[in-house]
Parts: sequence; structure tokens; C-alpha cells
Amino acid sequence: MTTSLLMFLVFIAITLGITYWASRRTRTAAEFYSAGRTITGFQNGWAVAGDYMSAASFLGIAGLIAFSGYDGFLYSVGWLVAYLTVLLIVAEPLRNTGKFTMADVLAFRLQHRSVRTVAACSTLTVSLFYMIAQMVGAGSLVNLLIPQVSFNAAIVIVGVLMLVYVIFGGMLATTWVQIIKAVLLMAGTILLSILVLSRFGFSILDFFEAVSAVTGSVKDAAGNLVVKDFTQPGLRYNGTWGALDLISLGVALIFGTAGLPHILIRFYTVPSAQQARQSVVWAMILIGSFYIMTTFLGFGAATLVGNRQIGVRVKDVMAGCATLTSEQLAASGGCDATMAVAAATAGNPARGAELAAQLAEHGYVVPVTNTNLAAPLLAEELGGEIMLSFVAAIAFATILAVVAGLTIASSSAFAHDIWLNVVRRGRGDEREQVRVARITAAVIGAVSIVLAIALKSLNVAFLVGLAFAVAASANVPSIVLTLFWRRFNSTGMIAGMVTGLVSSLALIALSPAVMGVDAPTAAVRHLIQAPAIFPLENPGILSVPLGFLGAWLATMASRDTSSEEKYAELTVRANTGLGAEV
Amino acid sequence: MTVTEGPHHHVTGEEWQRLETSPEFRRLLAEKRRFVLPATIFFVVYYFALPVLVGYFPALMERRVVGRINIAYLFALSQFFMAWTLMYLYVVRARRYDAMAASIVDQVRRQAR
Repeated sequence: MTTSLLMFLVFIAITLGITYWASRRTRTAAEFYSAGRTITGFQNGWAVAGDYMSAASFLGIAGLIAFSGYDGFLYSVGWLVAYLTVLLIVAEPLRNTGKFTMADVLAFRLQHRSVRTVAACSTLTVSLFYMIAQMVGAGSLVNLLIPQVSFNAAIVIVGVLMLVYVIFGGMLATTWVQIIKAVLLMAGTILLSILVLSRFGFSILDFFEAVSAVTGSVKDAAGNLVVKDFTQPGLRYNGTWGALDLISLGVALIFGTAGLPHILIRFYTVPSAQQARQSVVWAMILIGSFYIMTTFLGFGAATLVGNRQIGVRVKDVMAGCATLTSEQLAASGGCDATMAVAAATAGNPARGAELAAQLAEHGYVVPVTNTNLAAPLLAEELGGEIMLSFVAAIAFATILAVVAGLTIASSSAFAHDIWLNVVRRGRGDEREQVRVARITAAVIGAVSIVLAIALKSLNVAFLVGLAFAVAASANVPSIVLTLFWRRFNSTGMIAGMVTGLVSSLALIALSPAVMGVDAPTAAVRHLIQAPAIFPLENPGILSVPLGFLGAWLATMASRDTSSEEKYAELTVRANTGLGAEV
Repeated sequence: MTVTEGPHHHVTGEEWQRLETSPEFRRLLAEKRRFVLPATIFFVVYYFALPVLVGYFPALMERRVVGRINIAYLFALSQFFMAWTLMYLYVVRARRYDAMAASIVDQVRRQAR
């Protein structure tokens, strides 16, 4: 593992060099929050891609496809199509009317300080959830790839590095860390895809032939095991609520992206709305190509590594099942290796390992490892230790780039929105603002390090889903309505945001992602040990309409003529760029 | 904190109202709406067709087209090309929106002088 360590150190050295360079160009608030608006559309496109493709998408998606086949690929689709919402509706008006944060746009004609406070709180909520999920992921990942570094040490290293980038280098250093990460990620993914295809003589048909030979099994509505191959849908989303859950996931994915504060603030780093549009175009080309290639990463891991290391020999196990006596079946909790995989895939590897152990007692080999390792293991299979180390370094870079973006988003929400505009009522000076932003970043970093260490034994995979759901349900209705509905007012915005926030939080708390009964021996546990009340893992299908409904009802119940008058200014500026921040 | 202060000039509340109702600006909005609204409806419908078909009509989606490649995979893949096509169409039209917006901005600046 010394190659891994070496590559990590090289990456750290380069990014620290960039941070030193950026620190000499980061003095004013505009420089700290938005790199002085000097980033070009092309550069920002790479940075958006680097900010967006988190460890959840690189490692998570590869693992999801490697374990659940086709259903995992549906995430890839949603993550790109989401950018049409950003391109067509949000990016340009945001750049034209805002300054540093998401709340700028919302507070443009709804000038109540409460509007800014609620919007900033929503930003902090989304960013912190997202960050904790990334940090916990970072801890286990670094620990798995370099066993010499413990889980806690890994989190502290990631946390401290991200703070150094943000506090000293501001948005400029963060942008370049994201660009470098995106270049590494694209290079690694293209290389792996070519290597995977080379194993099949560059024949897509042969590749899919092999994919369809990998199978998994699911319980149908009647409780019978159904074997499906990996090209078939339904290995992850199935049963009574499966289809609806899939639709609900889609709602959160394609609307949520347009409400993720750390993505939105990237559009302030370019000089104009045209450059903002250009960045979305480049980001869409990169993100789309990457997610298409997840086909090769995920299915490649399932076919090439699958049967030996990460896969489950479901066919073998099922053949063996027929020979078990009913007492033996009862003892192993049913002859179902898929339950073990499903538990592992749902971010609950301990439960998976436990089921696997039960099966092993009866002579079956069900090797279940961390699903996040599908991509690194594929790399090792294809290119040996060098390739493994390269992919590990990419994963490390990925996490750092994303957490740095999240830290900037949260620190600007606090320093610019809450401190400058609410507490100081817009009267603080530049130096004070930048100082507050740096202190906020330090506090947020410390809090997320502590929370990540405290929550390491909980199943936190749902936190990313939660961030998307909150963004889609609380932020997007207000952004859309303030841009397109003249009658919209402060009461409506606050009601909409609170309804969206509360309903998505409550529905997730009652969902199978948080509620569930674990065996007493499980190492990773559900937060609430009781059967789930809300049947869907994804709340979007209910919470997004609720967010819009709350905003609409409260707007209709009140009247604010100043907000209606200010709509003229908002829409002219949003569409022409007149008086936009330069 | 009012933000009517542009870098080049000062625009008052009534002027914004006048600009918003000006025929040039109405034309720009109408032009934008003519593409953005149908495009948005189209991509939302096209996108949600995927989970709906996959979730409720798996037998149809599992039908194989070429070798082992099935409709489900091809339809999912087509979403990427749908997104890129809409992106391209929008960017081409956006050049026209930019020109229209620029002439409105020019007009305002000339009057301010």
C-alpha cells in the first residue's frame, strides 16, 4: 500500500501548493466567496463536475451497479438529467440576480431578514448532512485502502486539509482542487472503461453477454425468490413499493440538484450569465460521459471481479438450497444470500456479514465486502497495485474536493447571509466579513469532524439522499416561484421552505432508511430500532409537492405589494443581466 | 439593503416597471418561454417515463433488442442523448436571447447618459 500512500502525498502536496498560490489572491469578500468572478466557463464546468461527482457517485454508483445491476444505473441517469433543470431554469437568473449565496436570490424581492435566515438555515442543513456523509465515507475508505491510517485519523486528515484549502485559499483554491479532481476522475474512469472493454475484445455485445450471466435474486410480492440477471430491472427496487420509490427517487434527483447550495454558488465564480451557461454545458458533457461509463465500472466489477471477491454466487447458493432440510433453513434465517447482499448494499455491511456467516455455517461461501470497494477492486483486477493506488487516490481527491465545496457554501451562508445581512444589517466591512467566513469555516469543519467520528457506527448513507430531498423540497420551490410568480411573497417563501424542510426530514425519519430492526450484533445500526412507518426510502414524491403547496397557500393567504413591485426589477435583471454583479 | 445600484448607472423603480412592460422585453420573454417551457415539460415527461416503465412494465422493458441489450438499458442510455440534445438546442437559441438582452441593456445605457 505504499504506492497508495505515495499518490495521496503527491496529491496533497500539489493541492497545498495551489492553496499557497491562491491565498495571495484571496483578500476581499468577492475573492473569498467567488474567486473574484475570474473563473472561465470552461474551467467552471470542470469545477462543477468536480464539486458534484462525490464519493457517493464514483464509488457508490460503481458498487450499486456491481451489486444491484441495472437499478444502480438509474441513479446515473437522474444525476445527469438533473442538469437540464439547472441549465434551463436556474443558472443564468441566479448569476444575474445574486451575489454570493442562494439566499441572495431569494431575498432579492422578499427582503425580510427572516427570508434570508430561513434560506441560510436550509443551506446549512443541506450542506452539513452532505458533508457528514462524505466524511464518514472518507474515514472508512482511507482506512480500508491504507490500513496504517485509522478511521478517526482519516477523518481528521480529511477535515484539516479541507479547512486549509478553504480558510487560506478560499473559493480559488477550492475551484482548482475540484478541477484537478475532475481531471483525475475522468482520466481514471476512461482508463478503467477501456481496460474493462479490452477484456471483452472491445465488443459491447460480448460485454453484455457476460453481464447477463451475473444474477441476483429478489423476493416477489408473494415472497418467492425470483432470479434476475444484471441487465434486468428490479434487483434493488422491487415489491409493493419499489416502483413508487423509484419515481420518488427521480423527483429528488432531478429537482434536488438545482437546489444544492454548493453547486449553485459555483455560478457566481464566472464573470457573466453567458459564462454560467457555458459552465453548465461543459459540466453536462463531463458528467454525462462519466455516468455513461459507470456502466463499464459497475457491470465490469460485477463480471470481472464479481464471482471471486465482491459478488455472491447466488446461483450456487440457490442450487444448494434445495438440499437443505427445513431445520437448517430455519437456522440460517432462510436460504437467501441476496438478503446478505441487499443488507450490504443498503449501507449495512455488518448485517450482510452476519447473514453470510450464518450461510457459511452450512457450507456456503458468501463473500460480502464493502460495496464502496467495487471500483478499487476492479482497478486492482485490471491493472494491479498501481491501478488500485491510482483509483484510491482519485477517491481521496474526490472526497476532499466535495467537502471543500460544501465548507465554502456553509461558511458563506453564515457569514454573508446571517452575520452580515441579518445580525449586522448589511453594515459590516469587507475584512470583518472575510474574517467571519474563515472562522465559520473552521467551526463547521470542527463540527463535522466531531459528528463524523461520533456517527461512524450509524448507517449514514441516507444523509446524501436526505440532502437531495431537502434541496428539492425546501429550496427549489422558492427559487422557481420567486423567479416566475409575481404574486409570490415572504410569507409564502418561509412557509414553503419550512414545509419542504420539515416534511422531508420527517418522512426520512419514518422511512426504512432510518427506521429498521437490526440484530443486536450488527455493527452498523439504524437510528430508530422499530419497523418503518413510511414505506418509501425517498420522500421526494410527497415532500416536493408539499413544499410547493405550502408556498402557494401561504402566498394566497397574504398580500405583499412591495414584493410584487420588485418583481419587475427581478425579472428584467434575471433575463437581461442588467446591473449584475461583476 | 437595496440592490438597484448597477455598476454603470442608477435605475429607479418606475424605470424597472417601464422596462418590464416594454415591447422589447416582452418579446425576449416570449421568445425564451417558447423554448424553455415545452423543453422542460418534454424532459420531465421523458425522464419519468423511465422509472414508470421500468417499475410497472418490467416485462416490456426486459425485451432484448441487440444481443443481451434490452429496452430498459437503451431507454436509460437515450436519456443522456436526450439531455445533450436539449442542451444543444438551448445553447443555439440562447445566442438569440443574448443579442436581444444586449440591445435592451444598450438602450438603457444610452438613456442613462
